[in-house]
This record gives sequence, C-alpha cells and structure tokens, in this order.
Amino acid sequence: MDVLFILIPVALGLGLLGLGAFLWSMKSGQFEDLDGAAWRAIMDDDEPSEDQRRD
Amino acid sequence: MGFHDRDLGSFVTAVGDGIEHMDLAVEGVRCAGCMAKIEKGLSGVPGITRARLNFTNRRLAVEWRAGVVAPGEVVDKISELGYRAHPFDPGAAAGAEAAESRRLMKGMAVAGFAAMNIMLLSVSVWSGNVTDITPETRDLFHWISALIAIPAVAYAGQPFFSSAFHALRNRSVNMDVPITLGVLLAMGMSLVETFTGGRHAYFDAAVMLLFFLLVGRFLDMNMRRRTRAQAENLAALKGETAVKFLPDGTTRAVPVSAIDPGDRVLVAAGERLSVDGVIETGTTEIDQSLITGETAYAEAGPGDRVYAGTLNMSGALTVQVTAAAKGTLLDEVNTLLEAAQTARSSRLALADRAAQYYAPLVHTAAALTFAGWLVAGADWQTALMTAIAVLIITCPCALGLAVPAVQVVASGLLFRSGVLLNAGDAVERFAEADTVVFDKTGTLTSPEPAVVDPDAMPADMLARAARLSLSSRHPMAAALTAHAGGAAPIPGAGEEAGRGVQATLDGVELRLGSAAFCGVPSEKAAKAVTGNHSAVWYREGDSPAVPIAVAQGLRPDASDVVAALDRRGLRLMILSGDRAEAVDAAADTLGIDERRGGLTPAGKIAVLEDLKQQGRNVLMVGDGLNDAPALAAAHVSMSPVTAVHLSQAAADAVFLGDRLMPVVTAIDISRRARRAMDQNLWFAALYNLCAVPVAVLGFVTPLIAALAMSSSSVIVTLNALRVRLAARKLAAPAGEGN
Repeated sequence: MDVLFILIPVALGLGLLGLGAFLWSMKSGQFEDLDGAAWRAIMDDDEPSEDQRRD
Repeated sequence: MGFHDRDLGSFVTAVGDGIEHMDLAVEGVRCAGCMAKIEKGLSGVPGITRARLNFTNRRLAVEWRAGVVAPGEVVDKISELGYRAHPFDPGAAAGAEAAESRRLMKGMAVAGFAAMNIMLLSVSVWSGNVTDITPETRDLFHWISALIAIPAVAYAGQPFFSSAFHALRNRSVNMDVPITLGVLLAMGMSLVETFTGGRHAYFDAAVMLLFFLLVGRFLDMNMRRRTRAQAENLAALKGETAVKFLPDGTTRAVPVSAIDPGDRVLVAAGERLSVDGVIETGTTEIDQSLITGETAYAEAGPGDRVYAGTLNMSGALTVQVTAAAKGTLLDEVNTLLEAAQTARSSRLALADRAAQYYAPLVHTAAALTFAGWLVAGADWQTALMTAIAVLIITCPCALGLAVPAVQVVASGLLFRSGVLLNAGDAVERFAEADTVVFDKTGTLTSPEPAVVDPDAMPADMLARAARLSLSSRHPMAAALTAHAGGAAPIPGAGEEAGRGVQATLDGVELRLGSAAFCGVPSEKAAKAVTGNHSAVWYREGDSPAVPIAVAQGLRPDASDVVAALDRRGLRLMILSGDRAEAVDAAADTLGIDERRGGLTPAGKIAVLEDLKQQGRNVLMVGDGLNDAPALAAAHVSMSPVTAVHLSQAAADAVFLGDRLMPVVTAIDISRRARRAMDQNLWFAALYNLCAVPVAVLGFVTPLIAALAMSSSSVIVTLNALRVRLAARKLAAPAGEGN
C-alpha cells in the first residue's frame, strides 16, 4: 500500500491544478461573455484588420 | 437622436497610458455577425486600441488614445455601421453584484474540488469497510478528507452561515438554518470519528451538500444579473442625461447622476424631463400622461412644478432642479433589486414558509431519537450519533433546491419572452393572481401616439405630411412617420423647435406643426379638437390648413390579451386617472365591464384594498406615476418598459416591447412553475418521510447519506427543468400574439 503515499498527493495535486486553472480563467474574464465566446470560436477572422496590416 | 451635439466627456474614464475607456449599450445586435462587424469596423478607426463587444449583455467596451479620437466619433462610427449605441454612465455600472457572483463561483469551484477528492477517498473507505481495509488506512483516509473538508467548508459555506446567523439574530428561521446546522454537525461528528478512529465519517456528504446548493444559488444569481444588465442597458438607451447650465453660462449635457438639486437645466421642446423642478423661464404645454394618466396637455409657466417623466411639448424651459439622481431608473431598480434580495416582504416566500414547518419538525425528530435510544438502553454516544445522523440525512438539500431551481428556470423563460423580474418571489405571486387590474393610458393604450383616422385626408397628402414629419424630433411627429411608407425626408426641411417643420417641395411650401405655425387662429384650432384627441396642423401652399387628429390608440394585441385572460378565468378591471368617457371608450372596445375613471392614486389603492378584503389576489398592470402606489400595494404588479422610473421600481416585473402579451405569458409560465415548486416540496417531504425512519433506527451510513442526498437533489432539479418543456408547449397556443 506504499504506493498510496505517491498516488494520493498526485491525485490531490492534479485536483488543485484544475482548481487553480479554473480560478485563473475566471480571473482573466473568460466567463464574462459565454454566449459570445461560443461564436468567436467559429468566426472567420482570416482577413487581417487595418491595424495588423499597417504593422 | 443626434449625438454630435452631445458632450460625452462625462461617460469617459481614463485608464492610464493616455488611453481612454468608454462602455456603451448597443442596440440591434442580433447575431454573432454583428459582433464581428462592430469590432472590425471600430478597430479600423485609427487611434482606437481596443473594441470588444460582450454578446451576453450587449455591451461594448472601447478604448482609444486620448486626443486622437473623440468619444462622439465612436458613437458616430457605430451608427454608420448600422447600430445605435448609448454610452454608459461609469458611476452607475453595478459592481457589487458581479463581485457576489464571482464569490459564489469561487465557492462552487472549491466545493466541487473538495467533493471530488473526498469522494475518491470515501468510496475507498466504503468498499474497504465491507472488505478488508485496515483501521490504519481508514484513519489515514479520514484524516486526509478532514484536511480537505475543513478549509473547503469554511470557505464555501460562508453564504449559508452568514444568512443563517442573520436569520437567527432576527429571531426567525430560514432554509439556511437547518442547512448550516446539518453541515456543522456532520463536520463535527466526522471529526470526532476521525480522532477516535471510528468507521463512519460524513465529510463527503457535508461538502457535496454545499456544492449542490451553491450551484443552485449561482444559477439564481446569474439570472438576476442578466436581468439587471438588461435594466442597465435600458437606462442607457433612455439616455438619462440633462443639459446643465455651467457657472460660466454655457451648457453641457451630463448624466443625470451628475445633476444636483439647485442646478439649472435646459429642456428643449419635445424632450422628456429627466429631473423634478420648478420652471424659471419659458412657457409650454406639458404632457403629463405618464404621471397622471390624463391625456390632455397642461399649460405650464414660470413658478410651476414639473416632474421627471413628463414631456415638454412646445417651448424651451429653464428648470431649477429640486430632485435629480435619486429617482432615476437605475437607482430605483438597484434599490429594489437589493431590497428583493435581502428583505422579505410581509408575505413570506414559499421556501421560507416550508422552512418554518420543516426546521422544528426535524429538530424534534432528532431530539426524540436521542431520547428514544437512551430509553432503549443505548449508551449516550450511540444515541447522540444516531440523532446527528437524523439531522444530516434530513438536511434540506432537496428542500433548499426545490424552489430556487424552479425560479431559475422560470425567470429564464420569462426573460426570453421579454419579462424582467424585479422581485425574487414574483413567480410564486404571479401564479396566485386571480384578478387583473389594468391602467388605461400607456398600459392598455400604446405609449406612442398614432393618427386616429388615416382616411380623413387624401392618401398622397398624408404621405407628404408624413415625409415632412421625418424631419421633426417632436413626439407628436412620431404618430405621422409610420405613414411615410419608407420615403426619404424632404431635403432642406427645417424645424422650429416646439412649433413645427416646414419645407418646400416642387415649389409648394409645406408646413406641419402647431395651429399658430400653420396660421390657424386659436378659436378655430380649439374647435377642431374633439374628445381626447390632439391635433397636428398641416398646410400646403396657400390652401387652408387641415387638422390631423392624433391620439394614443390601444396596443395592437390588447383585445387578444383580454380574451386570453378571460379564458383563464381571471377577473378583469380598468382603473384609470383619465376622464370617464375616455375610459369607457377603451373598456367598451375591449369588452371589460368593470371600469373606473378619474381616480386619484389614493382612489386606486382604495379599490385594491377593497379587492383584497374580498380575498382577491390582484395583478396590477400600470405605467404612470399615479400607478406607483397601487403597483406597490397590489399582490403582484407589472409595468411596461415605457413607464416612469418610480413605477418600474415599484412593479415586480417590467415587460419589453409594444405588446401586452407578456402579461399572459407571465401568468402561464408562473402557474406552471408554481406547480413544479409544489411538486418539489412534496417530493422533499416524501423523501424525508422515507429517510427519517431509517435514520432513527440507526441504519444510516455515510454511503446511504451520500446516495440519498445527491439523488434527491438531482430529482428536484430535473423536475424544475420539466417547466422548460411545458413552457415550450405553452408557447404554441400563446403564440397567437407573438
């Protein structure tokens, strides 16, 4: 059962990693506009905008 | 609305590095394509550094280099793209609710993380308990569970703990009291078990309970935020600004929140007043229909009091402000939403009524269990453990979700059909309504005026008058514009504010406006107006001027709504502040027998009190300031979005659009939702009826507790979702008006 001493910290660490990722994504505003985000993923923005063209 | 003449400086905030920021509510965004169009269009403007449209709440955040772009240019660019944008008052954007929502989301994440990890350990213990787990391993697992659960419960449980604490301090009981008690007892008992090396720990049940309940609260809060965002957008759309005289004599358009009592503001003809005050200079006619329900105009001059929400018809006014920011839509809605969240009105919400029966019953059962086991000869530890197990298994997971889950689904459905709820428990009260009382002016009738009889004059003449009206900003002109048939405005048309518009078409001079503007003597003008109509005069060249009668007509679907309500067995009534003849005309058209005209606000309340005495639950639908007390006094109330601020704030719900059908939809959805709430409460009762005997007899293990709690939560949530299915079926027959 010694393997538990490795597996439990690994399980907890992975869980904490997920929690941290969630809190980070929340903080960076990724949950502010869920409806919009769904559409942005499939939007065609291949054409570079004026700004990018100038750069 | 022209924005070029508006000073938008007060809507802009500096964010540092020479960058300025402005938030706008955008009208007309229907699809994702609009989002791309606006963002690309704006980022094409040199100087604009960022443009991002939030598709959820239809708000646009724009940033630009200060000095390179003027805020007015941003608004102009958006209207060039085909949308209307209205800047947000940065002082008014609500932050508290967003913070609360983030707090709940974090709590949910923490509880979710803890629940998953503890469950992992618990499953091992459960299976180990029936096979060959060593006591050492079990203790280790319990200790790890405790280390995860203690901080998680301390953090995620705060909303419940503080609410329960407040309730107890006010000597009342709400649903959070048994929840808090259950969670704390489960934690305490599990800790004791852990310390003493016992077999049963309930860490998983405690954390899972918090997780389920937080999900419910979070969804509830999110729904409320969406409603609030919509209300804020509407406030921006209404353009809550006033033209203020600065000390140096110049004028500047500022948001109403920046106006203080004692300031002087300029109100142009055709503008709606955004403040209360006393007229200093200027005479005019005031349309007070939003305030009193009276459709005839009132003369006003220096020294007269004027009120926010009234319409200045004919002359420019300088007004000394007596009340301003407190009284704007946003403030009232904000106050009301806060009130709805924290305070429970005299009527106890369904969930709390359930809690009042529930809490004493459960606590008595636990006490009896303890006593019973002692009497039966068990030692006191065993008796206490069993009693606590009773409290844990009856902890109102299903009961705590029973009402909120349905509320979330119902308010979401209402939101989509154009009804914004102000009060949390409005759904329950809508379902109880058995009498509908309508105000007439602005509620049964359209808030916008319309031409009474389009056939009274030759069609081509009306079309020319309508084309001319396109160049006017006066509210009466709006009645005519519908008859323009898509024609372009006449080039070179000029408006004299408050008097009329004139233009030359094919060498003939056309005039549209007041009687005096068209050269009609006032005696003749007075005779041309009958009933509660108003007249706009129209003259072509030298031929005599003709009056065009204008009045506020009934809403397009008013009769359908009356018929639909009638079919649902509701008693209908009209209470109006307008003259009796005008009320009779509308009531006869709609076939409503019970009608009262010429009522004061107090008179309306007296009638409502009378109905209450008869045991009636009244749904009041009204928009005027004179309706506000009645809206607050009624069992439940609704206002159209065109209503004055105070009325919207007093009403439980606001409906959008120029149709009245949302009244029927609100009742239908709420009745369905109420049935689901009752089913959920009965189910929760049934669950306890089955679970309590098992717990009393001492058969409850953590595994049984976890299974029972999660399955009952899932069942009430699924039942709440059934409302959505039923609403889809409802939408089909109700579609007659949609």
